[in-house]
Amino acid sequence: METLAALGAGFALALDPVNLLWALGGVTIGTAIGVLPGLGPALTIALLLPITYKVGATAAFILFAGIYYGAMFGGSTTSILLNTPGESATIVTALEGHRMARQGRAAAALATAAVGSFVAGTIGIVLLTFLAPVVVELALAFGPAEYFALMVLAFVTVSAVLGRSLAKGLASLFFGIGLGLIGVDLQTGQPRFTFGLPELLDGINVVVVAVGLFAVGETLYLALHGAGRTATVLPVGGRLGMTGEDWRRSWKPWLRGAAIGFPFGALPAGGAEIPTFLSYAVEKRLCRKPEEFGHGAIEGVAGPEAANNASTAGVLVPMLTLGLPTSATAAIMLSAFQSYGLNPGPLLFQNQPELVWTLIASLYIGNVMLLVLNLPLIGIWVRILQIPPPWLYGGILVFATIGAYGISHSVVDLVLLYAIGAVGYAMRRFDYPSAPVIIGLILGPLAEQEMRRALTISQGDPTVFVTQPLAAALLALAALALIVPALFRRR
Amino acid sequence: MKSLHAVAGALALFLAPTLASAQTIDTLKIMVPAAPGGGWDQTGKAIEAVVKAESIAKNVQITHVPGAGGTVGLPQFVNQWKGQAGSLMVGGMVMAGAIVANKSAVKLTDVQPLARLTGEFEVIVVPSNSPHKSMADLVAALKADPGKVAWAGGSAGGTDHILVGLIAEAVGVDPTKINYVAYSGGGAAQAAILGGHVAAGVSGWGEFAGQIEAGKMRALAISAGTRTPGLNVPTLKEQGVNVELFNWRGVFAPPGLKDADKNALAQAIDKMAKSAAWKAELDKKQWLGIYMPASEFTTYVAAESKAIEGILTKLGIAK
Repeated sequence: METLAALGAGFALALDPVNLLWALGGVTIGTAIGVLPGLGPALTIALLLPITYKVGATAAFILFAGIYYGAMFGGSTTSILLNTPGESATIVTALEGHRMARQGRAAAALATAAVGSFVAGTIGIVLLTFLAPVVVELALAFGPAEYFALMVLAFVTVSAVLGRSLAKGLASLFFGIGLGLIGVDLQTGQPRFTFGLPELLDGINVVVVAVGLFAVGETLYLALHGAGRTATVLPVGGRLGMTGEDWRRSWKPWLRGAAIGFPFGALPAGGAEIPTFLSYAVEKRLCRKPEEFGHGAIEGVAGPEAANNASTAGVLVPMLTLGLPTSATAAIMLSAFQSYGLNPGPLLFQNQPELVWTLIASLYIGNVMLLVLNLPLIGIWVRILQIPPPWLYGGILVFATIGAYGISHSVVDLVLLYAIGAVGYAMRRFDYPSAPVIIGLILGPLAEQEMRRALTISQGDPTVFVTQPLAAALLALAALALIVPALFRRR
Repeated sequence: MKSLHAVAGALALFLAPTLASAQTIDTLKIMVPAAPGGGWDQTGKAIEAVVKAESIAKNVQITHVPGAGGTVGLPQFVNQWKGQAGSLMVGGMVMAGAIVANKSAVKLTDVQPLARLTGEFEVIVVPSNSPHKSMADLVAALKADPGKVAWAGGSAGGTDHILVGLIAEAVGVDPTKINYVAYSGGGAAQAAILGGHVAAGVSGWGEFAGQIEAGKMRALAISAGTRTPGLNVPTLKEQGVNVELFNWRGVFAPPGLKDADKNALAQAIDKMAKSAAWKAELDKKQWLGIYMPASEFTTYVAAESKAIEGILTKLGIAK
């Protein structure tokens, strides 16, 4: 009941006209960047981080959450109409969705994606509402050793399980961790890897890395390999909306998708890719007409889209309650919290209940807005896809450069931006996942600090990680997550 | 003629303060050597608000040069703002520590201390279920085995760490033996203290005030010299630990200023610090007004820098 009262207070604040405008702005920007291939919510939030200096925390997080959610909705549009996933989480949607569009059933595919996202998103937020306070209760038992073990688990799942290649995932992760270790060490006050540059003493800003990897890297890739590629956007044909048959075939996949998506987001298992693939596999198996799969089965759009949105809500659970980001976007949102001097973790709910509950309430509101935005306005989103890429990415590059320079007016940051951009290009070219870099950059130093805190408190006794049951269990899970998929692959 | 000059000179000297105080500065330029949002930025913004309200300056320009506890901004202030009238830099104890820790080539002796403006005392806390009921209990545990008393506080070499080092030294424990667990700040350390993962916590009063009032943390001592009215927490000195520490903030003028310009600036700050608007600003932000004018502040900064360098060397931060 306490939760409901808190949520009610959150709604009262979120329904404030100004906050409603922030939510509307967020979901609109989010949908737009979700529609554009290669641009994601992580990059967008990174570029918008400077607004944390100007506006209050509540408004900023309503905006950011709107972008996060909107991007998930927008990504499906591109997958369906262009066969190019706008987001990595909507790769699966393209499989069936684009086939449906080719058969002239684009409207039905878009509708089941949008309604499914809404249904699963709402379920996800309800679960977040009631689960988060429970996790908070447990979280105080987490000391440095437990946090370290939890982060190791997150590293393993994010990089090893997610990518197609274990080696590439780990390479990306350790590149990120390496970047994260630059700067003055918190425990000893000594500079590390700074090459005597005072600009590096505070470490490399996450915005520089995110913008370099995603914006500069993507632009370079497009300039070098994308020229002459003209995308054909399929028209939104067919009867607007879904037939009775479509509804009958969609509702179960929506619910199943939500059930698969949320836990994957909430556990530090990270990302929305796995649950979308899982949901696709489940629907294919359960479908009465499995022969339709590969030829435009609506279940193959409904399930994964639902899974993807439910996992987005799930990701917010460890992020708000433990300060543990499991996706690139959540990692950047964490640095936004830090720039407000807020520490996501068990005490956030206690110290900043208004902020947390307004944020959660605005997720409900944003979800409704997205449904309204997506169905009737689909024509406008399609237009965005028709902007010639050179213009679009030229503009993005300018914004990215100004944004990165604006952080601290430092030329060192600009040099870093383009150096990391070049790395980002190479990673894209040779198919290295980029999300683990951001996770490594943010979580790597946190994990290192927690490990050393644990060792400081235990006065150098390393058994602290295995003698405490919680830490030991988490480390065992991490080992399993590393070994089990490898065994499966061998078969 | 000569005597006339002398008279004019004397007259000018006599009139200078009054003339200067009547003068308004056209544009006051403030360097905040940190990112927007932090304590130095808030100090800069508070100065801006008050000098405008009191018509001490017509315009105020704030420039942020974030990084490395102010040691990125400090060399810029010394080199690029040199000799510019109406220029200030915000700084404080954290900068004095960062200069030592980062081996900065530019030091606080390269700028001219103008005024100490605000400060915050530190508080030593334990979780409410801790066996330590007073500072004496904690000191006894520290003396028995310093390794077993884990302290959580802000970054290594920062104010919190310095205080723990000074306490250890004052009670006769080797500062290198203390078990200090660094967090990014007092707020981040809260969970570890409340969860009982460390024995004690140290931070600015403001960081822990909420938890202390809620009864979840017990405040054992504050680092102020005397008790604060309305606050039922004894000082370190009262409990036999001869340590007093303020996390102070103040303003500095660039080197190479003409005497007249420096005096004008010092008087402008003096007027500001004594105004009702400044008092209101302090109350609003819950800062302690520990104003100290230029002459005293210069001595104070030199003494603080020396003490900080001493303890940081003992803590192994400065080598």
